Amino acid sequence: MSKPFLSVERLTQQFPDGQGGTLTVFENATFGVDQGEFVCILGHSGCGKSTIMNILAGLAEPTSGVVKMDAVEVSGPSLDRGVVFQNYSLLPWLSALKNVTFGVKARYPNWSKDKVEALARDFLAKVGLDGDVVHRKPSQLSGGMRQRVSIARAFANHPKLLLLDEPFGALDALTRGTIQDELLKIWGGTEQTVFMITHDIDEAILLADRILLMTNGPFARVAESVEINIPRPRNRTEIVEDPNYYAIRNHLVQFLGKRSKELAGEKIEQDDVRPETVRFDASGTSETTEEQTESSPLLRAVNT
Amino acid sequence: MLGSLSINQRAAILSILMLVCGLLIWEAAIPAQKAATELTEYERLMGLGEERAGVPPPSDVLAKAWEQLSNPFYDAGPNDKGIGIQIGYSIYRVLTGYALAAIVAIPLGFLIGMSQVAYKAFNPFIQVLRPISPLAWMPLALFIIQDSEASAIFVIFICSIWPMLINTAFGVAGVRSDWVNVARTHELGSFKTAFTVILPAAAPTIVTGMRISIGIAWLVIVAAEMLVGGTGIGYYVWNEWNNLDLTSVIFSILMIGVVGMLLDAAFSVLQRAVAYAE
Repeated sequence: MSKPFLSVERLTQQFPDGQGGTLTVFENATFGVDQGEFVCILGHSGCGKSTIMNILAGLAEPTSGVVKMDAVEVSGPSLDRGVVFQNYSLLPWLSALKNVTFGVKARYPNWSKDKVEALARDFLAKVGLDGDVVHRKPSQLSGGMRQRVSIARAFANHPKLLLLDEPFGALDALTRGTIQDELLKIWGGTEQTVFMITHDIDEAILLADRILLMTNGPFARVAESVEINIPRPRNRTEIVEDPNYYAIRNHLVQFLGKRSKELAGEKIEQDDVRPETVRFDASGTSETTEEQTESSPLLRAVNT
Repeated sequence: MLGSLSINQRAAILSILMLVCGLLIWEAAIPAQKAATELTEYERLMGLGEERAGVPPPSDVLAKAWEQLSNPFYDAGPNDKGIGIQIGYSIYRVLTGYALAAIVAIPLGFLIGMSQVAYKAFNPFIQVLRPISPLAWMPLALFIIQDSEASAIFVIFICSIWPMLINTAFGVAGVRSDWVNVARTHELGSFKTAFTVILPAAAPTIVTGMRISIGIAWLVIVAAEMLVGGTGIGYYVWNEWNNLDLTSVIFSILMIGVVGMLLDAAFSVLQRAVAYAE
């Protein structure tokens, strides 16, 4: 098996617990992301999703373990890894357009002003922002528009890996839907590799090629990797017709609702700490798993 | 009728009313001095014909203001210069001392705001030096610098440095980590981060400190010039007091207020320019 584009190996994060001991948030998190793949990570609060994201972004250091991108170890932040933060992180004293050119200028310092602006406008238009709106300050934009600007800023930089930290967490359900569609649209035209944190199962199914499931913390781990083999292009009204949709969705609901708790703290002694791959077969209703040692009868019952 | 006016218009009418009433009461409260020709011979013998020093009525102050402001830059020797020249000297001293303070305080404030160690190291000195009345430095400054002009500027420097220093440090330390993270993920260097992210983010707090400083500097320059003498609005006030020319004293007090207001207004424009809403 060849090394994936992004390879996260035995990542462990410990924090002091305030009483002299240490708190292990997650342990031996191991997974890979292939070039051009859209991967979502799902898990409850406190399992360390955001910490993993910060480590991938280079904003935090893990206690142990390594992250390799293109076979090079990640250390420190880089323009090759763009980040869309949950709270947008737009600079409030700059207009929407300037926020995007801020990123483009950092990426292409030798470009002329016009070229920078043209690219920025192009990407803002791709997320549905054009006209006078681009000259507004973030405080004059709605939450949805702000997150669009933030997405445009990230995509305009053509990072090798795009990290999305619960980008729609602060938005209302309707706006969220619209921006998810826009994200799919802008992503569809690129070969962009995306790694995204989310709480939202439907969002993950709509967007992702693969969903990583984390058990609850402390001692959280990446337990399963669920393949979302629903053909693209997807849209929210059609994916529900896919024969695998409900099987996948039920699996995720069961995992988050029940198994993430049951599996919590369960130490695995084996050397191979990669998550089990779970795949639902499009032709039937049965579930096939690779590298799976124990399969849950409960899950099968739900799926049929 | 009043209901149809805007809040600003109503406030303006009220302001003018207060001004007129105040001036009328002031005018009425000053006992008129009889002209020498109206006095009885006895009164003249008792010396009541001499002009007596008293608080002048507002009409005299207005006449003085008209006279001074119509020719503000005349220079008739060391003790007789126009109000414009005196204010000019004061503004020059304030701005020089203030600019020197800004050059020191803002970069130092950046350092203190960015580094916990620098903050803790500088803090005891700041806490001890800050409460010292700027005029207390005057004797030491006069002895070391040996120049009254430079000493006055030094006093302005020392009084305007603290609010700028503390506000800059506070503003820089309070820059949201999200924005710093944006700079980091865009691989900006330290200088670029400082100028394109931290400075604009902290600018409102820094300018607030600068505005407090200019206010304090203008308060202190009057007192400093009373001590060092020679030129300046503070010296002018004291000189007119020695001349027992209370009309000029009241006029110059008003001018001090007006200039202070204009300096503050300039910074409020700057403050609005750097303000941002989150």
